[in-house]
Amino acid sequence: MSELILALLFLPLLAAVTTLLFRETPNIRDGASIGIGVLTAICSIQLFEMVQAGQSETLVLFAFAPGLSIGFTPEPLGALFALVAGCLWPLATLYSVGYMRGAKEKNHTRFFTFYAIAIHAAMGIALADGLITLFIFYEILTFSTYPLVAHKGNADAKSSGRIYLGILVTTSVTMLLLGIIAVWAIGGDLTFREGGVLADHLDPRFAPILLALFAFGIGKAALMPFHKWLPAAMVAPTPVSALLHAVAVVKAGVFSVLKVVIYIFGTDFLLETRASEWLIWIACFTIIAASLVAMSKTNLKARLAYSTISQLSYIVLGAAIASSIAVQGAALHIAMHAAGKITLFFCAGAIYVAHHYSDIKDMDGLGRRMPITFACFALGALSIIGIPPLGGSWSKFMLMMGALDAEHVFVIFVLMASSLLNLYYLGQPVIRAFFAQNTGETGFSEAPVAMLIPLVITAGMTVGLFFYADYFILSFKGVTP
Amino acid sequence: MNFLLHAPILQIVVPLLVAPLIILLRNRHIAWGLAMASTLATFLFTLHLFLTVNETGEAIIYELGNWPAPIGIVYVIDVANAYVLPLIAGVSAIATFAARGLVNAEIDIRDHSLFYAAWMLTIAGMLGQVATGDAFNIFVFLEISSLSAYALVAIGAGNDRRALPAAFNYLILGTIGATFYVIGVGLLYMVTGTLNLVDIAQRLPAIGDTHTGFAALAFISLGMFLKMALFPLHFWLVPAYSYAPSVVSALMAATATKVSVYVLIRILFGVFGVDFPGMDSLLGVVLLGLGVAGALIGTVAAITETDLKRLFAQSSIAQLGYMAIGLGLATKSGLAATFINLFNHALIKGAIFLALGAIAAQLGRVTMSNIQGAAKQIPMTIAAILFGGMALIGLPLTAGFISKLYLLRAILEEGAWVVAVFTVMSSILALIYVWKIIEVAYLNDRPKGAPVLTETPAQWISAWVLVAATIYFGVQAEIIVDAAFSAADLFIGGNQ
Repeated sequence: MSELILALLFLPLLAAVTTLLFRETPNIRDGASIGIGVLTAICSIQLFEMVQAGQSETLVLFAFAPGLSIGFTPEPLGALFALVAGCLWPLATLYSVGYMRGAKEKNHTRFFTFYAIAIHAAMGIALADGLITLFIFYEILTFSTYPLVAHKGNADAKSSGRIYLGILVTTSVTMLLLGIIAVWAIGGDLTFREGGVLADHLDPRFAPILLALFAFGIGKAALMPFHKWLPAAMVAPTPVSALLHAVAVVKAGVFSVLKVVIYIFGTDFLLETRASEWLIWIACFTIIAASLVAMSKTNLKARLAYSTISQLSYIVLGAAIASSIAVQGAALHIAMHAAGKITLFFCAGAIYVAHHYSDIKDMDGLGRRMPITFACFALGALSIIGIPPLGGSWSKFMLMMGALDAEHVFVIFVLMASSLLNLYYLGQPVIRAFFAQNTGETGFSEAPVAMLIPLVITAGMTVGLFFYADYFILSFKGVTP
Repeated sequence: MNFLLHAPILQIVVPLLVAPLIILLRNRHIAWGLAMASTLATFLFTLHLFLTVNETGEAIIYELGNWPAPIGIVYVIDVANAYVLPLIAGVSAIATFAARGLVNAEIDIRDHSLFYAAWMLTIAGMLGQVATGDAFNIFVFLEISSLSAYALVAIGAGNDRRALPAAFNYLILGTIGATFYVIGVGLLYMVTGTLNLVDIAQRLPAIGDTHTGFAALAFISLGMFLKMALFPLHFWLVPAYSYAPSVVSALMAATATKVSVYVLIRILFGVFGVDFPGMDSLLGVVLLGLGVAGALIGTVAAITETDLKRLFAQSSIAQLGYMAIGLGLATKSGLAATFINLFNHALIKGAIFLALGAIAAQLGRVTMSNIQGAAKQIPMTIAAILFGGMALIGLPLTAGFISKLYLLRAILEEGAWVVAVFTVMSSILALIYVWKIIEVAYLNDRPKGAPVLTETPAQWISAWVLVAATIYFGVQAEIIVDAAFSAADLFIGGNQ
C-alpha cells in the first residue's frame, strides 16, 4: 500500500518534471502528462479498493520536529478524495490540451507544470495522516494554483490573483493555523484519530469557537463571508476552473472540514455538545445566498462559480449536522458534485473555444449547433440539481435523511429550495440553447475532439454514479451509526 | 586534541587578538584573510563546544588562569549558551565571507583595515557576553561589542551622511543601556558580594524582598530592553541598520539583538529566577505587553516603509516582540519558543540583509521603486529575499514556520487567546510587505533607463547559505527544537 501512496504523491510531480523536460516538443510533453495521469488514476482506484476492503497503513516520510512529521494514512474519506482527483486529472489534462491550443493561450509549459503540482498537493491533502501534513499541502496547493489563476498576466488576472492569494493565505495562516496549534496545545496530538482527539480534553464551551477557526480558516471551503476568492479565480483558463476550482481545490477545502469534524472533533462529541449547530445556519445561509447570487450572474463561469459555493456548503452542512448519514452524504457529495460540476465547466470551456461566448444571453439557439456539449451540460446540471437517475440525487437524499435523523427539519426545506433555485439557474442556459431562436449562423460546430471526449466521459459518469453509488458510500470507524 | 580544552576562551581570544593584528599589518587583503580565518576557527570552536556539551549533558566550566570561581572569572558553557555561540560565530563567518565584496563596494579603501579590526572586536564582544559566567565580564564584553559597533555604523557615512546621526543616537542609547546594566550589577554586588552569576543566583533568595534587589532587576532589565531594541526602546535600531554599511546591517540584524536577548534570559531566568518578587509582573505584564505591541507596531511600520533596509529593520522590531512574548509567558515552552525564534530569526534576517547588501552595493539604497522588475536581472538575489520573506511570514517548510508553531503553542498552552490572536495578526500583516516586494520585483517590468543590475555567485552565495539553512531547519527542526527545550529546561525546570 505504501507504494501506492508514494505513487499517488509523486506521479504528479513526475508529470511536472516531464512537462519541463519536454517543453520543446508539445506533443510529447502533453502525451506524457496524460499517460502519467492515467497511471495515477489506476493507482487511485486500487488504493480506494484496498481502503474500502479495510486495509490501512501509515507511511511516515520524515519527521521535521519532535512530534511533527510528514506522514500519510489513507482512510475511506481520503481515498475517495484521491480517487476523485486522480480519475478526473487525466481527463482534465486531455481537455486542457484541446483548450489551451484551441483558445491560443500562451505559456503552456508553465501551465501544465503547476497543474501537475496542484494535483500533487491535492493528493498530499487527501492522504495526510494529521493536521500538520494537511496544512503544509494545503499551502502548497494555494501557492501552486496562483500562477494558474494569474495565467493571463494582465491587470485583471493580477488583481484577481491578489484576491485569491490574499483570502486563502490570510484565512489559513490566521485562523486555520491557530486552530491547529490550539488542537496541539489542548489535545496534545495532531494525528487524525477515529473518534477524534479532543473529546476528553476540550471544554465544550470552547468547541464552537475552535470549530469556527477551522470552518472559516479553511478558506478553500468557500463558506460565506470568505468566498470571494472563488469567483475571482474564474479569470483563470477554464481547465483550471474545471479541475481545480470545481474539484481539487474546493474539494480539498470541504474535505479538510470533514476530516476535522470526523477525526479531530469526533462526530459524537459534536452531537453531544451541539457545538456545530451554528455552522448549520451558516452553511444554509451560504447555500441559499450563493444560489441567489448565481441567478443574477449572466456570465456562465461566474454563475457556475457561485453554484459551486452553494454546493460546497452542502458538504459543510453534512459535516455540521454530524449525524452518521449526513456525514456519509457529505462525503458522497464530494464525488457526485465533482463529476457534475467538472462537466459543466468543460462545457463552458468548449463553448468558449468553439464560439468565444461566455455570456448566457449569447447562447440562444446554440444547442442546435453544439448538441453534444449542451446535452452533456444538461446531464451535469440535472445531476447537481439532484434529479434521478443522476448521481447527485443520492448525496442530496442522504443529506436530507441525515438532517431528519438529527431533527433539523428546516434543513430539508433549505435543500429543497436550493434545488428549485438550481433548476432555474442551471436549467436556463440549457433551455435557451435548445429552444430559443438564434439569429446568427446555423450548422454543426462543436469544440475540438480533445475537449469533447472528456466532457462526454464525465457526463457519462454522472449517470453511472447513480447506479454505482453504493460503491462510493463510505463507512467511517468512530462515527456512531 | 588538547588545545580544544581551551575552546571556551579560544573562541573569544582569537578574534580579540586578530583585531590589533589587523591594525598593525594595515593591509586590506590580509585583513580580510585574517578575519575570515579567525571567524571560521571561532565557528569550529563553538561547534565543538556545542557538540561536547550536548554529548555529555554537563556544563563546561573554564576557569580563567586557573583561578576558581569566587576569586577568578569563570566561563560556563552550558546547553543554553552552547546553543547560541555557534549561531553567532556561524553567522559571523558567513557575513565575513560576504564582507569581501560588500566592503570593497561600500567603504573607502583606506578604512578597510580599521573596518575589519572593529568587525572582529564586535564579534569577540558578542561571543564574550554569551560565554562568560560573570556579571561584570558581561558588561566589559557588552562595551567591547557596542563601541566597535558604533564605529562600524559610522563608517557608513562614506555612502550616506545620515549614518553619523544614526551612529550617534545608537551610541547615546546604547551607552544608557549599558550604564543601566552596570548600575544593576553594582546593586547586586552590593547585596550579594559577588559578581559570579551562579553565586548571585544562590545568594539572592536570602536577600528576599528588598528594594535593592528589585532596583537591580529593574535597571538590568531596562538596560537590556534598550540593547535588544524592545518596543518602545527601539528607535536607535532602524536608522542604525539602514545607514550602516550593508554587511554591518547583516551582522547586526542577525546577531546583535539576539545576544542581548540571551543575556536578558540569562539574568532574568538564570540569576533572579521566575520566583523573584516582582518578576511575575515584569514578565507577564511588561514583557508580554510590550512584546505584543512591538509585534504589531513593528509590522505595521514595516508595511509603510519603501526603503527595504528600513522595512526589514522594522520587521526585526516585530520579531523581537515575538521573542519578548515567549519570555513573558514565563513557561518552559515559552522560553524554548524564544530560543527557537532567536536562532531562526538570525538566519532569516542574515539572509535578507546579505541579499539586500548585494543590491545596495550597486544602487546605493534599496527601495521599492529601484528594484522594479529586478527579478529578471538578479534572480538569485531577489529569490533569497523572497525566501527570507516567506520565512518571516512563517510559511511551512521554512524555519519561520517552526518558530511560529512553537510560539503559538506556548501561548495557547497558557490559554492566552488574546495574545495568540495578536501574534497571528502580526504574522499575517507581514504578508502585505512581503507581497509588495514580490509584486514590485517579479510582476513589474524593469523600467527603461533603470540601471542594469548584475549578480555573480560570489555575491549571492553567502545569502543563499543562510537561505539553505532556513529551509533546512524548517524541514529538519529536531536538532534546534531539542536544543532549545534543553536550554529552556536549564532555566525553568520541572513544569511541563
